[in-house]
Amino acid sequence: MKIAVVAAAVAVLAGIGLSPEIAGATSPKKEAKAERSASPLSSVLLQQRQARGAYLARAGNCIGCHTAQGGRAYAGGRKLSTPFGTFVTSNITPDKATGIGDWDEDDFWKALHEGKSRDGRLLYPAFPYTEYTKITREDSDAIFAHLQALEPVVQQNPPSQVASRYDFQPLLTLWRAAYFKPGVYQADPTKSTEWNRGAYLVQGLGHCSACHAERNPLRGMISRKGDDKLGGGQIMGSNWYAPSLTSSLEASTAGWPVEEIVQLLTTGISPRATTSGPMAEVVSQSLQHLTKEDARAMAIYLKSLPETQSHQQVNPPAQTEQVQAWLRYGARIYKEHCQDCHGDSGQGAPGIYPPLAGNRSVTLTPPTNVIRSVLNGGYPPSTAGNPRPYGMPPFAQVLRDGEVALVLSYIRNAWGNRASLVTTAQVDKSREGITER
Amino acid sequence: MRQFISLLFIAAALSGVSGVMAAASDGIAASRAAPVTVPDTMAERVKPCTVCHGQADRVGRDAYYPRIAGKPEGYLFNQLRDFRDGRRYYRPMTLLLANVSDEYLREMAAYFSGLRQPYPPPEQVISSPTEIRQAQKLIQQGDAARNIPACIECHGKQLMGTAPFIPGLLGLPRIYIAAQFGAWKNGGVMRGQASNCMSDIARQLTIKETNVVAAWLAAQPVPENADPVDVLPPEMAQRCGSIVQRSADR
Repeated sequence: MKIAVVAAAVAVLAGIGLSPEIAGATSPKKEAKAERSASPLSSVLLQQRQARGAYLARAGNCIGCHTAQGGRAYAGGRKLSTPFGTFVTSNITPDKATGIGDWDEDDFWKALHEGKSRDGRLLYPAFPYTEYTKITREDSDAIFAHLQALEPVVQQNPPSQVASRYDFQPLLTLWRAAYFKPGVYQADPTKSTEWNRGAYLVQGLGHCSACHAERNPLRGMISRKGDDKLGGGQIMGSNWYAPSLTSSLEASTAGWPVEEIVQLLTTGISPRATTSGPMAEVVSQSLQHLTKEDARAMAIYLKSLPETQSHQQVNPPAQTEQVQAWLRYGARIYKEHCQDCHGDSGQGAPGIYPPLAGNRSVTLTPPTNVIRSVLNGGYPPSTAGNPRPYGMPPFAQVLRDGEVALVLSYIRNAWGNRASLVTTAQVDKSREGITER
Repeated sequence: MRQFISLLFIAAALSGVSGVMAAASDGIAASRAAPVTVPDTMAERVKPCTVCHGQADRVGRDAYYPRIAGKPEGYLFNQLRDFRDGRRYYRPMTLLLANVSDEYLREMAAYFSGLRQPYPPPEQVISSPTEIRQAQKLIQQGDAARNIPACIECHGKQLMGTAPFIPGLLGLPRIYIAAQFGAWKNGGVMRGQASNCMSDIARQLTIKETNVVAAWLAAQPVPENADPVDVLPPEMAQRCGSIVQRSADR
């Protein structure tokens, strides 16, 4: 349907030429801006605003994308690979030549709220303005004040490499017409203040749907019910699957105590689940810094999300003799390599080594994440609440692909777990596909 | 008893009569067995490391896993941090350490540094007297003409390192040392993404020289009191500033 809209829009544009957006027409600066600069904030107020901005920037995890591995904070240079090309994040420190030192609050607002650069260029949605548009002007100004107070870093990042067939601004106009609706978060008066705060954080600043949304081939988000685009999806350019936050087969928290959701978000580990990969990074850089109130608000909102149908197909194997032989072999590998930590009946040590019995991230299909966990291992994030986590050894160095497939097939079909078998080819693909974090 | 119950579970799962417990249930709901008892020790916490880094150096499927026990704490911390931040490149280490804090890395480094494990016997390497002389000269005197310092200046008179940042050179396999020279020389992949004193030195050495040095070092027995010394000559501390200073900005 959306494709039809796009096609129609192409036809229209072809007829009438460029839209004002593409022509780079910028609206005249608002008078409000002149007022703001005429009455500079007192230094106390400014400091307060910067401190608030620092907190909000954490909640929005700006640093996550705008910092290269091992690089200077906020100086950009991190590469995000997507099907549309490799985007290189920008330097958002206040350096005038290479950062955003020349920007003002209006420019910043325009980027966050409208997805447009200072020069009027349309931004690619690798920058999550589809979510950031929900941020209030007040919060945007505070984040900007914080960024402007950083030490300027002179760092010229290489340009993004957008695939030539997408490197065409009118295409973005079309994409935006179909998938982008600017607008600050509007509170739902039938819900509590706390719930609304959570919704604001999840939908806006936290931009959870940047990963947890289901997307069509044009990377438009698919919304199945209301405004909650959290139905799960493959994370662009990485070999991770961000599970649905609205399906009880995946990562819905509807049945969890609120305290455990808060615990998972802020410490990276809970009795039922452990964060890994990109989510561990989000906990480490962003969520662990949330105030108790904000973390609780997010948890309450997440818990309230209505159940949507999962695209999971629970497809357990038929119990043929061959399958049983495979599973027996898998059980032997389990006993040798996994049982010490995860227990003889997959019970684990909740809060330390995750239980595997009934663990939804183990039974997810596609089994991308669980294959990665076995191959690469990893530590949950070090956080204030869990500073010295226990970790999972990498087994890529120890087990062959076929053995990983067998042991996972066993784990996915033991102790009440029911899921499809894992094939050697799937494991092999995961080994090769690991190019991004 | 527990095993009997788990056997029942497995039997049920395999025969296909289970599955009523629904994949949707959460971990704690589904398991009835008592949680695994986990020792609150560093040894338990570094299991992800020791799956590869065992008692001795060993050759694994994709790489060479050196022993890390007993190496200087600061050296180990630097390596861990460099792996995590992409300055020393080996993807499995980067993935493993992605979200581990500096504090925790330091604790891991201290743990491994404090481990005392027996060193392997010296390798039986056949070198000609000329090769031995060449190696000894580089190790004991360096080559001033090419601005190559003696190995002992930084790595200690006994070649067992200088705490806390410079590793020892004895008790290491010949191929490991040779490979490190290659990595320093070429930069980029495993070491020396940013040029430093060791990459400068390695580039001055010929392949023949690095080979004889590696062979000589591997053939030496590790001395009885094998602890690293703890003072680096000021001149070398300056020259190797990028190794020493970066470590100091803790």
